Amino acid sequence: MITPVQVAVQITVQIVLVVAGAPLLTGMMRQVRARLEGRAGAGVLQPWRDLRKLARKEPITPQGTGWVFRLAPLVAAATVLVVAAVVPLTGTTSPLAGVGDLFAVVALLALGSVALALGGLDTGTAFGGMGASREMTVLALVEPTILMSIFALSVRVGSTNLGAIVTRTAEDPLDVVSPVSLFAAAALAIVTIAETGRIPMDNPATHLELTMIHEAMVLEYAGPDLALIEWASAARLGVLLGLLASLFAPWGIAGVGAGLAAVALAALILVIKVAVLGALLAAGEVFMAKLRLFRVPELLAGSFLMALLAVSASFFLG
Amino acid sequence: MSLVGWLFAAALALCALAAIGGLVWPRSWVAGAGTVAAGLAAATAGVASVVGSRWSAWLPDVLPLAGVRLSIDPLAGLFMAVTGGVSVCVAVYGIGYARTPGHRLDSRGVQAAVPLFVGAMVLVPAAASVSTLLLAWELMALTSLLLVLAEHRRRAEVGRAGLWYAVMTHLGFAAILAGLALFAAGAAGESFDQLRAAELPPGLRNAVFVVTLAGFTSKAGIVPLHVWLPRAHPEAPSHVSALMSAAMVNMGCYGIVRVGLDLLGGGPAWWWLVVLAAGALSALYGILQAVVTSDLKRLLAYSTTENMGLVLVGVGAAGFFAASRAPALAGLALTAALLHVVNHAGFKTLLFLAAGSVLRATGARDLDALGGLRARMPHTTVLFAIGALCASALPPGNAFVSEWLLLQSLIRVSPLSGVAGAVTMPLAVAVIALSAGLAVATFVKAFGVGFLARPRGVGAERATESPPSMLAGMGLAAVACLALAVVPALALPAVGSAAAVAFPQTPPGLVSGAVTLALAGVRGVLSPLLIAGSLVVALVAVLGTVRLLAARRARRVARLWDCGAGPMSARMEYTATSFAEPLQRVFDDVLAPETDVDVTPARESAYLVERVAFHARVPDRVERRLYAPLLAAVDGVGRSVRGLANGSVHRYLAYGFYALIGMLVVLAVLR
Amino acid sequence: MPGLWRKIRKTGRVAEPAPARVPAEVPAAAAELAGSIQIRHVDAGSCNGCEVEIGSVFGPVYDGERYGVRLVASPRHADALLVTGPVTRNMEVALRRTFEAVSEPRLVVALGDCARGCGVFAGAYGVVGAVGDVVPVDVEVAGCPPEPTAIVAALRGLTGR
Repeated sequence: MITPVQVAVQITVQIVLVVAGAPLLTGMMRQVRARLEGRAGAGVLQPWRDLRKLARKEPITPQGTGWVFRLAPLVAAATVLVVAAVVPLTGTTSPLAGVGDLFAVVALLALGSVALALGGLDTGTAFGGMGASREMTVLALVEPTILMSIFALSVRVGSTNLGAIVTRTAEDPLDVVSPVSLFAAAALAIVTIAETGRIPMDNPATHLELTMIHEAMVLEYAGPDLALIEWASAARLGVLLGLLASLFAPWGIAGVGAGLAAVALAALILVIKVAVLGALLAAGEVFMAKLRLFRVPELLAGSFLMALLAVSASFFLG
Repeated sequence: MSLVGWLFAAALALCALAAIGGLVWPRSWVAGAGTVAAGLAAATAGVASVVGSRWSAWLPDVLPLAGVRLSIDPLAGLFMAVTGGVSVCVAVYGIGYARTPGHRLDSRGVQAAVPLFVGAMVLVPAAASVSTLLLAWELMALTSLLLVLAEHRRRAEVGRAGLWYAVMTHLGFAAILAGLALFAAGAAGESFDQLRAAELPPGLRNAVFVVTLAGFTSKAGIVPLHVWLPRAHPEAPSHVSALMSAAMVNMGCYGIVRVGLDLLGGGPAWWWLVVLAAGALSALYGILQAVVTSDLKRLLAYSTTENMGLVLVGVGAAGFFAASRAPALAGLALTAALLHVVNHAGFKTLLFLAAGSVLRATGARDLDALGGLRARMPHTTVLFAIGALCASALPPGNAFVSEWLLLQSLIRVSPLSGVAGAVTMPLAVAVIALSAGLAVATFVKAFGVGFLARPRGVGAERATESPPSMLAGMGLAAVACLALAVVPALALPAVGSAAAVAFPQTPPGLVSGAVTLALAGVRGVLSPLLIAGSLVVALVAVLGTVRLLAARRARRVARLWDCGAGPMSARMEYTATSFAEPLQRVFDDVLAPETDVDVTPARESAYLVERVAFHARVPDRVERRLYAPLLAAVDGVGRSVRGLANGSVHRYLAYGFYALIGMLVVLAVLR
Repeated sequence: MPGLWRKIRKTGRVAEPAPARVPAEVPAAAAELAGSIQIRHVDAGSCNGCEVEIGSVFGPVYDGERYGVRLVASPRHADALLVTGPVTRNMEVALRRTFEAVSEPRLVVALGDCARGCGVFAGAYGVVGAVGDVVPVDVEVAGCPPEPTAIVAALRGLTGR
């Protein structure tokens, strides 16, 4: 049986990993891109330097904005923090298993996006509205894919409980190469890219407002507010990659009743898995250009089709 | 007479008293206080019956021929409690709202009609015979029609909306009448007990179900019978919109559950697949129209179509599961659907009331002319934000809980139960997912464009906060929403026992737990309270960290970043139309938007442009494709037979004579 | 895609080795930023010669990003303004507003001879003056246009790396 101590340890480990590791993940991904482009790169620690600097800077409230604008970065960061505590990153039992399942995780992440979109709308600038509108468009179109993938994954287990799904895959490693898993993994990978605003959906390094999605919403934020937003988007990427790793490659994850050593080992393995996924994502970005905004729905429709195939496969292939 | 009976009688009596009071002494607080008391009595009666006390009565002397049969079981109690709760919020709100200058809502007619409408809605679920149900149903339709028409002198559109509503609601009434008359004829009795016990041939059962389904879905605003909804709701006074959208449309769902599951005792799977398909279609179509419209109240009306669609998806799934021998799943799906009825009533009351406050303060329903209300109407803004959060089915809102339950029931369909289920349920999940995603976009638009940023019109600039009674009405609804969102266990036992009326074989304790909702037999759990709690803890932690690490400099108020150019004007803001444009483009094929560019060249040269006019609108495609040809045909028939009626009395007498002869001939041949 | 991969393999690292840092006095505001500078570039009336050089600073060969410098889209996200060209009348207000939009601590780098003293445009009817006449300048980079190495050296002076 899972003890309260183990729960506490696991939550602490996961939160510390996400809080400290997410900016490093971003730094690592930028470094991979820089090397592939023939550059030297700023180093893995650069995002942390950026955050430290932003925390020291003066916060700015643009004229005409109010509590929605102020609250948005806090909500964005808080939702990621809750998700980091809920998803099973280091152990098969999700630490706060009673809080929610995969649906709740998806909905919490959507809540973070909604907060930032409202923050963007509150400024009343054209860019803020534009970013909010685009973010909500992508969010609406991503939702069917996510829920269908959850459906596909939950059919075998008979539950949407994250821990149950991960346990099942961990116990039966051959499941990973079943059509259900492969289709669902592909669909969720595309969704992860869309939800975290990476190429080819959105370019996090763009300077051109008209092509922005995520960046356009946050153009008015400065100082600590911006630090929170940057951390939250890095942590979102980290958590989603970790979730992908746990769902489709749960090797090395600590089982029920595992000791502290197993949790530590699982944390180490998680870091490696997420780093590999991040490096793959960053390398993929070098080979691709950003899609036109109105081509994005086509890609998402493709991912929805894959999720639908995953569900059909789970029903008819057993 | 039991407690439920006394409370129910008190509710009706109070409604009547309030109506008389409103007629005699048209002060808004007279009818308001009466309606509040009636609503409280009805809600208490509903709760008491859900808890387990049943009541039924036969009053043979009240109506000639049939008498009035009444019975309150938990299913009726649930709908009565919802109606009562909505009425309380609306009546409190109405006290201040009726005094809106220039709207004449404190006239005798309106003051008397509101309590009558509430009374009719309390009576509908309590009806226990066909004639009583039809009578209450018609009373509900007539009083609501009067209220829709309240402002017909001020705006011409009100009249047209009222005509649509009157025609649609009476066509629906005719369908229900025909269906239930067939049923009663087949069962040789019209009380619900006799109907329940009747053994009908399958063909008749099918006919009864299909015909009554058409009638009930027209009341619930289900596609393609939804057309009255986006017309009547925007034109009716806002507290009436709230009553109609949060309480009256529920009666359509009640009718389907009562007739289909309870009286007919379930049916073949195809019935319920039709219900599910209609629900899914409505959910998707409703929210797609909502996301592109820029009229706040029209948006809310389409959102009602969406939510009733979701409820019907649950009802349809429940019937389907029952037909395919999965009682636990059926009970779960119906519980989810009924919980969604309760949740929808909560947030839709709040949203329509808040929209009414906005309309009262700004004179505008068009989101493109609103904005900047956060500073001018701070309380209304917060209240609308709560409603929007609930409506977009995100945690910690209440619709999230019911949609979660609905999804849980759908994804647990067993592939062994047949191809129909294995094909339908994934598609239903996809439809719910897409409509949930679009609902998020819709309500971000409604709140973000309508309330935040700077005012886009003169009305929004001059807006002031609503009077306390209106805020109190909205506040009550908001408190109910939050309570349902955080502790759904408050409502779940009631909803469960209501669902058990339709499925008596359901194993008890499907959804259990006070804090954490656990489903019987699976590891699917959700704890809305813990989610809300951990969000608060995380917020505090984040805020504390920021204060600790980053509080080195004072916050500065700076001008908006306008790219260094002149000050940003309201015209540069994103409007609701522009916000929805990407989605409109994605769903271009479904929505078929119309744009019209009108270029007037200057006289001197075709290359010089004097004026460019641009019109864009998204018509309701169902209305355009289905109803326009139908109306044109009816119109054509009417025109062509005009020659028959030329005013000559001789002619009319001759018509009567020939008709009589014809009938006699027919009878002679047939007998 | 394989072609691109072969090209990446064949080309390898393009960035030149970082030259030794010229020890220079770091402005007080920059010291507080500690190794991370986000830059918003403002063209106040430049002939675009300086822009070409800025482009190569952030290209692979000079790789300005490795010293902790990054170009950003909004002055709210920026710590320093990189201003080129003499300040023209049309850009005067815009430059001032951009400066006000940056949150404290903030820096201004005047890049190129035009920005330092109007260059060949001195006294022209459309020119208000040098950048220093409109907003306080912390660092100046000489040259018409300045070489990328000079720009990199100046930026390293700010990040201290």
